[in-house]
Amino acid sequence: MIYLQLFFSFLQIGMFSFGGGYAAMPLIQEQVVSRHGWLDMGEFTNLITISQMTPGPIAINSATFVGTKIAGISGAVVSTVGCILPSCILVTLLAWMYLKYQKMDLLQSVLQSLRPAVVAMIASAGVSILVSAFWNGADVIALADTRWVMVGIFVICLILLRKTKWNPVLVMALAGVLKLLTAIAGIG
Amino acid sequence: MRKKQKVLWKLFLSTLYLSAFTFGGGYVIVTLMKDKFVDKYHWIEENEMLDLIAIAQSAPGAIAVNGAIVVGYKLAGLAGVLTAIFGTVLPPFLIISVISVFYQIFRDNFIISELLDGMQAGVGAVIASVVWDMAAGIAKKKEWTSIVIMAAAFIASYVMEVPVVYIVLICIAMGVIRTVLAGRGKRKK
Repeated sequence: MIYLQLFFSFLQIGMFSFGGGYAAMPLIQEQVVSRHGWLDMGEFTNLITISQMTPGPIAINSATFVGTKIAGISGAVVSTVGCILPSCILVTLLAWMYLKYQKMDLLQSVLQSLRPAVVAMIASAGVSILVSAFWNGADVIALADTRWVMVGIFVICLILLRKTKWNPVLVMALAGVLKLLTAIAGIG
Repeated sequence: MRKKQKVLWKLFLSTLYLSAFTFGGGYVIVTLMKDKFVDKYHWIEENEMLDLIAIAQSAPGAIAVNGAIVVGYKLAGLAGVLTAIFGTVLPPFLIISVISVFYQIFRDNFIISELLDGMQAGVGAVIASVVWDMAAGIAKKKEWTSIVIMAAAFIASYVMEVPVVYIVLICIAMGVIRTVLAGRGKRKK
């Protein structure tokens, strides 16, 4: 039952992604790429790219994107509902408790232990994306197969982000244009 | 009754607008929510809003959605929650639906596929940069438990391929244990 699978996958993504922004990325990768094979690593990276260039949280964008691809609009609705249901219940409960008791020490403490792990898991997903970009999704990584144009674009982007503080959306657009130009010029 | 309907309608329009025009993720959108609901509409007090934002950021799920839920709940109870969620989810849902339809068609186009291919390196760089900042922020505090958690979680996640859910659950358990121990320490004093 594909709808149930979509629903429960995105329910897990909604329930276990703490910290916002990129924190959902490793969970989405695990559910959508590793476990169910709904997207390959290249498609997943495209999805993250698209999410970065459009408004909206990565998790919602992914739910809509994957749901549409696998089971049309109804798939998108089911995935999106699954994705927001845990927040819906838990956050409402927390807001209710807060407005009643105005206390949340435990939450802060849990978050303190989670934060470093979330960073590590984002890093892990980031490395997967780079491996897929540099070796074009090959299973075996060999130095001879490295796409050096992509490595070059990555380095340029990183410098622009770190040194000149370019807007990330601009940097990504530039990366696309650079790859297109090198392809037209017949490099790589 | 009429007043509540008006609040709901305004809440819907506000969340819809914020969600449609906010690029840059959850942390940006909660700041804009504060601008709108505290400074502009005066619906929520500043301190309360800050605590509500803290809840939105510490609970699981997308921060933008969580932010909408706390504001909606505060303003109009469960009806407010549903209204705010609907307003927040609708724009990305529509935009991505349209894109995913075109994505299937465009992926085979030479120009688009080269652009998307190159952007993989770009998004990799963006993520690398974000991780760099976050990891530096944690390393700077020089709390060895945090640094050990970070290193262990990376090895568990990337090298050993431990499911993310387990890593999250272990960290939650550690946080709970820390709170209980700290509570006990306080009581002994």
